[in-house]
Amino acid sequence: MDWTYFFNEVVNNRDALLHGTAITFAVSLIAILTGTVLGIVIGIAVTYGNKPLRWPARLYIDIIRGTPVLVLVLATFYVSAAVGLNFNAFQAGALALTLFCASHVGEILRGALQSLSRGQIEAGRAIGLTFDGIFRYILFPQALRYALPTWITAAVEMVKASTLLSVIGVAELLLTTQQIISNNFLNMQFYLLAGVIYFLIDFAIEQVGRFIGRRLDQPTRRTV
Amino acid sequence: MNYHFNFAPILEQWPLLLSGIGLGLLLALVSIAIGSVLGLVVAFASRAPSRWLRSLAFTWISILRNLPILVIVLFLFFGMPQLGLSLDKITSFVVALSLYASAYMAEVFRGGLLSVPQGLVEAGQAIGLTSLRIKRYIVLPIMFRNALPAFGNNFISLFKDTSLAATIAVPELTFYARKINSETFRVIEVWLVASLLYIVCCYAITLVLRAMEKRLVLEKA
Repeated sequence: MDWTYFFNEVVNNRDALLHGTAITFAVSLIAILTGTVLGIVIGIAVTYGNKPLRWPARLYIDIIRGTPVLVLVLATFYVSAAVGLNFNAFQAGALALTLFCASHVGEILRGALQSLSRGQIEAGRAIGLTFDGIFRYILFPQALRYALPTWITAAVEMVKASTLLSVIGVAELLLTTQQIISNNFLNMQFYLLAGVIYFLIDFAIEQVGRFIGRRLDQPTRRTV
Repeated sequence: MNYHFNFAPILEQWPLLLSGIGLGLLLALVSIAIGSVLGLVVAFASRAPSRWLRSLAFTWISILRNLPILVIVLFLFFGMPQLGLSLDKITSFVVALSLYASAYMAEVFRGGLLSVPQGLVEAGQAIGLTSLRIKRYIVLPIMFRNALPAFGNNFISLFKDTSLAATIAVPELTFYARKINSETFRVIEVWLVASLLYIVCCYAITLVLRAMEKRLVLEKA
């Protein structure tokens, strides 16, 4: 195996690889941030909403989570064009990942909120807080602590799922890798390289999550 | 929106879609079977007395869990032939999915192992069982029962991941959906039908697993 050829090719294609990694970062970040905001709304609706709020939220979570991400990505890409929305591949892909992320965050938040005892809501009411205040000062901070480890896992899933955008032609890291391979036929080496980059990104997120998780855990341990 | 729905061209291809779903289920079943065996070995290794074995197990889990499955699939299918290992697309996909599953199943079984009360293992030692028999008759049955819900969730995830086989032209549901999409241009209908099929299948799997869980709980009582 010719490793010097491989290293030369990496150096020659470094701009493309960096650009691909940047797109992977950008699309994952958009999906995680907007998906989390949307997911929080859905999580609240599904846990505390009245029927007309709860039902659509539940349906949304079940539908999106029952569909493979690849189908979601392809469907968003083709259907958005068919109904006249002029999304480019990046926009359609980011939208699909956002929808996917929102359903996960919604479900994570629901699990966390339901693990809190009802007595806390009653205690909040007793001291005269509105639901807004109860949520902001009592429920959400505690739910955050429960939900954070799973949320970090979801963030890793988003980075992993961003590879699927290569199928609709978003030039993120995987598609960039495939384009490079089509020029030099170093299949194994470049897929390995892509794997290493993805691993490093995901591993870093995981470690940051662990660190924050430990920090958040401390006050609970001290008081309980 | 003046889009005229026409499901006829998709329903004509119904047998293809069904065969696609069948292949997807089969791929998921084979992969979770192989992945569970591998995962069980990795889970025991992660609790082994030897430090080397433990760190090997954790490295295995960490690497496979942090790699996108699509990269593993493409690496095995396009990359391995360079090392002289050419597998056909279905075998190579099953290998990829099994490896991926093994990391997740290892985590499931590790959790299951941790949930086995230490007192039961000690009880086994007290009546003179060998360590292999303790594993066989005490640890494994309790572990499997505790692991069942997580096992079910992983199976559903794997079933959804079989859609990635479409990227290396394995004829499962997503592959046919893309084919019908480009042949008929009934874009909305085809993706509606495809996602509905996936949702129904996932729901059916959930029901089967819930029934299994109920039976096992009764057995325990």
